Amino acid sequence: MRILILAEHDGQQLNPSVLQAVTAAKTWNLPIHILVAGNDANKVAESAASIEGVERVIQANAAHFAHPLAEDIANLITSISADYAVILAAHASFSRNILPRVAATLDVAMISDVLEIHANNTYVRAIYAGNILTTVQSTDSVQVLSIHGSKFSAASFTTTSAEIVNVAVPAAFSQTRWISEVRSESDRPALGSAKIVVSGGRSLGSAERFEQVLSPLATKLGAALGATRAAVDAGFAPNDIQVGQTGVVVAPELYIAVGVSGAVQHTYGMKDSRIVVAINEDPDAPIFQVADYGLVADLFEAVPALTAAI
Amino acid sequence: MKIIVAIKRVVDYNIKVRIKADGSNVDIDGVKMGINPFDENAIEEALRLKEKGVATEVVAISLGTSANQDVLRHALAMGVDRAVLLETDAELQPLAVAKLLKALVSREQPDLILLGKQAIDDDAGQTGQMLAALLNYPQATFVSKLELSANELISIREVDGGTETIALTLPAVVTADLRLNNPRFVKLPNLMMARKKPIETIQASELNVDLNPRLQLIRVSEPAARKAGIKVGSIEELLTKLRAHEGVLA
Ligand SMILES: Cc1cc2nc3c(=O)[nH]c(=O)nc-3n(C[C@H](O)[C@H](O)[C@H](O)COP(=O)(O)OP(=O)(O)OC[C@H]3O[C@@H](n4cnc5c(N)ncnc54)[C@H](O)[C@@H]3O)c2cc1C
Ligand SMILES: Nc1ncnc2c1ncn2[C@@H]1O[C@H](COP(=O)(O)O)[C@@H](O)[C@H]1O
Repeated sequence: MRILILAEHDGQQLNPSVLQAVTAAKTWNLPIHILVAGNDANKVAESAASIEGVERVIQANAAHFAHPLAEDIANLITSISADYAVILAAHASFSRNILPRVAATLDVAMISDVLEIHANNTYVRAIYAGNILTTVQSTDSVQVLSIHGSKFSAASFTTTSAEIVNVAVPAAFSQTRWISEVRSESDRPALGSAKIVVSGGRSLGSAERFEQVLSPLATKLGAALGATRAAVDAGFAPNDIQVGQTGVVVAPELYIAVGVSGAVQHTYGMKDSRIVVAINEDPDAPIFQVADYGLVADLFEAVPALTAAI
Repeated sequence: MKIIVAIKRVVDYNIKVRIKADGSNVDIDGVKMGINPFDENAIEEALRLKEKGVATEVVAISLGTSANQDVLRHALAMGVDRAVLLETDAELQPLAVAKLLKALVSREQPDLILLGKQAIDDDAGQTGQMLAALLNYPQATFVSKLELSANELISIREVDGGTETIALTLPAVVTADLRLNNPRFVKLPNLMMARKKPIETIQASELNVDLNPRLQLIRVSEPAARKAGIKVGSIEELLTKLRAHEGVLA
């Protein structure tokens, strides 16, 4: 039997989380295949083929894979699933949309956002917004799972290349139609993989002030910007930078929380950061319980001063 | 258009859940319960579609024990037309929930099934996609805007790095994100009236569905807490720590 990794990519580049999925896949000591579904995504397939430890890249070419729909990718995976004991991907909105569909079609459970993989298909994952860890064992014949990227180191690239094999693509699912997408344009590093993240909360007060106060600091640090749900809901920040249980989970070297209270739904998304700095005027704010360095101060004074001092 | 909304009863999101002393499971005896927040958004959206004249009937369904009647009453108080309890004592995992919902879909024949994008207890985020797979229906997950236009459901989805717009033909499965809407406030008189409304109960055992959990729970534990940090007195002190002690800043 083999392992199939579903690769996320943008048509040009492999998402770096695929490298973490490869490391997770190595736990099973089975040959590792990577599925690249795209519209002539040859560059992506070649890059996947040069990841250390990969035996084969399965390339599925189709015009309708330019904007992959869950229905189509799930059908593609189930069409080749007979060869695989494990089907996995890094946990992200891409895989969360597709893998449960695959699991149900195969009549197996899915294990979402796995933190640790142990022997005999036993996994550790978080429940209740990360407040509790559960260890579960799957009794299914096929393991379908998504892994929590930051818990696995990235596999490296080699100079040799695995074989790239093309597979037939099932007919397109006709009941869903892709219309458009809006990608946030930003010169900043991607939130999920940034080394430093500066996050702001509702206390920033407006979209203008969110920008004025946090942007210069983020720029100076080469950081990505993040936000709480309260800040996003208030329209101060775009939804795709929400950090937390229902947003993005980050684990940078340095996380700076500015005017963030520290609700568990938020800390779920940042508590694996190496160093956490919190700036909050309330000395009792829960964020200080997860911060390595806390500064009790008015953010409107402290953040410009910090920016100037760096 | 007929809509089914699947609602789960979960521990209130403000409660910090603890584990039993022997680590066998979480300890939720006597803890405050309520409707899964995303499912409230799903109900609200169904009601708005009805108020716009797009939907004709909204049915709320919950799977679990008779205790789930409280979330169904909440749905009735919000304004759903009917409430159905699929009763079982069994521990339900997403695949089993999806199978039971599929059985209910074949009875009720809805055009749209609305669910939450994830339950805040198991944090699985699977049931909607699984149901769509079992029915071979189109799906739109993590939806923050929904509109019916020329018999297609135009759905804006929240995805990593932005949003995506897709169109689904009916029947379809949609999972709600929190930003889909702001659920209406339930007024006390409506809650009182909802107490008198009937809740239809179906025994899950009658539906001939395999409910066996595929994942065996081995144990639960609490994650290692972050080490308690320190308060710094000034920005200079903060920068010294970050530079000299931690080496995270140049
Ligand atoms: C189902 C569900 C899912 C959720 N998912 C998420 C999620 O993924 N991510 C998320 O972030 N939240 C999430 N939430 C919301 C979460 O519970 C909190 O409401 C939210 O994180 C609070 O955001 P905040 O810290 O910006 O606002 P608040 O809690 O209002 O905190 C504001 C903070 O700013 C401080 N402050 C005010 N003025 C100043 C000043 N001038 N200088 C310095 N400090 C100041 C205050 O002391 C306070 O601590 C979720 C909630 C639910 C119910
Ligand atoms: N026991 C249940 N009863 C009704 N709906 C449920 C139940 N469990 C899950 N759901 C629905 O499925 C969604 C996703 O749940 P999950 O896949 O467990 O994260 C929830 O938001 C509900 O809409």
